[in-house]
Amino acid sequence: MSSDSFITLRNVGFAYNDRPILQDVSLSIPRGKLVAIMGGSGSGKTTLLRLISGQIRAQHGEVLVDGRNVGRMNNAELYQHRRRMGMLFQFGALFTDLSVFDNVAFPLRELTRLPESVIRDLVLLKLSAVGLRGTERLMPAELSGGMARRIALARAIALDPQLMLYDEPFTGLDPISLGTIALLIKKLSDALGTTSIMVTHDVHKSLDIVDYVYFVANGRIVAEGSPEQVRHAESPWLAQFVAGEPDGPVHFAYPASESLAQSFGLQEKA
Amino acid sequence: MMEKLLSPFRHLGELTVNAIWRLGFASRFLLAILLNSGQSLLRLQLTIREVYFAGVLSLIIIVVSGLFVGMVLGLQGYNTLARFGSSDALGALVALSLLRELGPVLAALLFASRSGSAMTAEIGLMKATEQLEAMSVMAVNPIARVVAPRFWAGVISMPILAAIFNVMGIFGGYLVGVVMIGLDEGTFWSQMQNNVDLHYDIINGLIKSLFFGMAVTLIAVFEGYDATPTASGVSSATTRTVVTSALVILALDFVLTAFMF
Repeated sequence: MSSDSFITLRNVGFAYNDRPILQDVSLSIPRGKLVAIMGGSGSGKTTLLRLISGQIRAQHGEVLVDGRNVGRMNNAELYQHRRRMGMLFQFGALFTDLSVFDNVAFPLRELTRLPESVIRDLVLLKLSAVGLRGTERLMPAELSGGMARRIALARAIALDPQLMLYDEPFTGLDPISLGTIALLIKKLSDALGTTSIMVTHDVHKSLDIVDYVYFVANGRIVAEGSPEQVRHAESPWLAQFVAGEPDGPVHFAYPASESLAQSFGLQEKA
Repeated sequence: MMEKLLSPFRHLGELTVNAIWRLGFASRFLLAILLNSGQSLLRLQLTIREVYFAGVLSLIIIVVSGLFVGMVLGLQGYNTLARFGSSDALGALVALSLLRELGPVLAALLFASRSGSAMTAEIGLMKATEQLEAMSVMAVNPIARVVAPRFWAGVISMPILAAIFNVMGIFGGYLVGVVMIGLDEGTFWSQMQNNVDLHYDIINGLIKSLFFGMAVTLIAVFEGYDATPTASGVSSATTRTVVTSALVILALDFVLTAFMF
């Protein structure tokens, strides 16, 4: 991809205890682009996001965001890094004890010294951007899943971040809400010029909106390309993933240590 | 065979190591709370909001329990004292039992089951629904924003609740002793006045409840923050808060009493 890279991962490795999650991952994401990281559940894609946001640190290699190594940041630098970053969580993670208005105002009140009148205007603007002006008095419990996700999006963009991270933004949404969120993600990244990374396993919706795709399986990047290249890829793994086939290079069955016949005592154990 | 014989010891060892590990973790957590308390003190409305949830909403249970405990003390105390012909001392008996022991201890036990459990469940669920993580990704420290205000609210509320418990208890004793049984009102109050010392009885009792407040709230916020982020994890954390708090309150009470009286 292009040389003006905003995020670069070089030979990144990460393991929980002895269980390797990511191995030797290298990728680069250009400034202002919307990039998807796709892969099955447990493939390590959410771990990639957590490395970029600095929630965890890589044990091998380096994670560079705008030229700075996230793994080497101290607490103050990490908070500075996160102020320029927005993250949309899988289920929104709205603060359930705060109203919609206070949720969107939260980062503005906590991280800036803007007067309350300016905060009010900004909150209404952000809510308007996600099409939910008028909901500011509601509590999170009164919102549908799709609405909660959009409010969380408004909260994530409250400080006009340079970098947006989306963790499974489409999970559990009906087709209309899914389409709305996808449209919003595309529009926001175009309008704000934000570099965006979207972790997802929803192939078709993602291919419609992203500029580039990385595929992760078993902790490694196994394929990459533009949506056009991916649609016409010949790799059997990619074909299985895009078509959603239950069996293929990724097996249907968990690799049990003995066969079913052996478990039933019908066959000698190895 | 050897394996089976050793396994209880191994289990005991594991439990001990775990307990010590958690104690160390809780101490470091307390340090983190103290270091991140600036915001709770500068932005007082954050702490006041939690005082409302932890303290003000506990008032009903504290007031009603205090009243009944005082009334029972009045009845039992009168029965015993009358046997020795010293029922005049009922006022002093009720006041001293409440101020020194029952007030701080019972108020703390009630506080742990009413507010401590609620704090654990709330923080545990905030963790389970990624709210704490969302906060930290927004560059807001959840210990400063969520944990510290709740901790200070507990520390502030506990002595006040214990004092209210004492007042209601003494009033309960008065209702039974003077209004119901018909002891002389002047004797009831003057005995109390003569035998209760401001520093020795009242202040020491309040110091006790301050310690209980710190212990219960620390346990509550720690268990919430440390909870396994699942439904069963939050439920067992809430149980642990109530059980550990009760044990710690009673043990701490023994130690403090030994030093104070």
